[in-house]
Amino acid sequence: MAELLDLGRAIAELVHDGDCVALEGFTHLIPFAAAHEIIRQRRRDLTLVRLTPDLIYDQMIGMGCASKLVFSWGGNPGVGSLHRLRDAVEHDWPAPLEVDEHSHAGLTNRYVAGAARIPFAVLRAYVGTGLEEVSSTIATITCPFTGERLTAVPAINPDVGIIHAQQADRRGNVQLWGLIGVQKEVVLASARSLVTVEEVVDELTLRPGGVVLPSWAVSAVALVPGGCHPSYAAGYSERDNGFYTAWEPISRDRAAFSSWMDQHVLAAGR
Amino acid sequence: MSDTAPFSTDEMMTVAAARELTDGKVCFVGIGLPSTAANLARRLHAPDLVLIYESGAIGAKPRTLPLSIGDGELADTADSVVSVPEIFNYWLQGGRIDLGMLGAAQVDRHANLNTTVIGPYEQPKVRLPGAGGAPEIAGSCGEVIIVLRQSTRTFVDRLDFVTTVGFGDGPGHRERLGLRGRGPSLVVTDLGLLRPDPVTCELTLTEVHPGVGVDEVVQRTGWPLAVSPQLRTTAPPTHEELAWLRRLEAERGTRA
Repeated sequence: MAELLDLGRAIAELVHDGDCVALEGFTHLIPFAAAHEIIRQRRRDLTLVRLTPDLIYDQMIGMGCASKLVFSWGGNPGVGSLHRLRDAVEHDWPAPLEVDEHSHAGLTNRYVAGAARIPFAVLRAYVGTGLEEVSSTIATITCPFTGERLTAVPAINPDVGIIHAQQADRRGNVQLWGLIGVQKEVVLASARSLVTVEEVVDELTLRPGGVVLPSWAVSAVALVPGGCHPSYAAGYSERDNGFYTAWEPISRDRAAFSSWMDQHVLAAGR
Repeated sequence: MSDTAPFSTDEMMTVAAARELTDGKVCFVGIGLPSTAANLARRLHAPDLVLIYESGAIGAKPRTLPLSIGDGELADTADSVVSVPEIFNYWLQGGRIDLGMLGAAQVDRHANLNTTVIGPYEQPKVRLPGAGGAPEIAGSCGEVIIVLRQSTRTFVDRLDFVTTVGFGDGPGHRERLGLRGRGPSLVVTDLGLLRPDPVTCELTLTEVHPGVGVDEVVQRTGWPLAVSPQLRTTAPPTHEELAWLRRLEAERGTRA
């Protein structure tokens, strides 16, 4: 059964130095508050997994939490670069960052295989690209039934999967709706999981297209209203597009970034 | 009286891309110019263009341009909202998408794309955003339109990294790799339009935009550029195209 914990305790119990951690949410429902708590608790040497690193991993990488990144598209959507990610890869600041680049299709299927607890997934992908040459997690496989050549990617089973959802009930059952991304797959692929939620309700009302994760499939739930800002929670908030644009000059400069993080993230823990 | 007004090179690119999106096609839309072009086409000649965003929105009909591929406006106006595994496995890999639009940092003469690194992979000079949906969009969509600004930095003799296969080494390569889509059909730049030669698969200049000289296009290409003997000039954006485009741009990222 999922425990209802406060966010600080949930991160302290679930996320350890050296863990493989996936904080997911495809543009929608990105668990920023959980990332900020990981930053405040100064976790180090994490392997971060995420389709779109987005601002959430730009912040974690810039604050020195990560030693490796598994990802498929690392930009600020509609705006430009993730400057902290680039600085880490290009100049080892604040620490060297090993990367394993996939495509969305490939990394998505690594989560799918992880959730299904099978060792790899099969798809039509990567053939002829440089990615299959540089990545140790892309391989060719022959279909045992047709002889066709396909691509295999290994399952990914994070130590911790973290997502944000709209609602949980008091027993820890979770519901999310709108763009549902890979959130179900990440929770089911991970050894431990945390869901931060906008609201705790007495009883969940099922939504069209909604995903329900039963309490027994989740390790912990933390109530964090607004915990996905500047991303958004359909039915609760709008994406703060202005923040994504404003992040560009903040993230471009190391000092401006450090000062912003100190003021807006670290200060909240003091 | 001519039906033209002053326009920017970016506006010409967007309009030229939009004109290629014929009504009723199912289109995989990336953010930025492709999304702008697709939504412009919906306002003009292609009201029944089906827009699929990789965030899971199928048949999105945004009233304003989204800033990201996951803006709420896309889900709220979609025919169906599905998970990311479903988008890539059932809809894209399943061969249900007619056309994809891609940008890139570099393109070569066979329309292969780099969005990974400038410089060596392990020690890049510039770390680019990465593959995203591109390799499989280019592999599985019926056809692909590529949009990028043209210079010797972007149109290169040799890619720093092959993120996405267009025609690989040339004729027959896609078939040998087992790629199911037909590959790139058009490259739209700020200078003109390039299309793969039906025999050599090499990108060939087929249209120049108004006011652009062939010499300039050749100079801004990092390989000896083939020019079509039937070279034409792109029709300039009409008043209607520009009016819709500017309205869409002005309202980008807002909610109707």
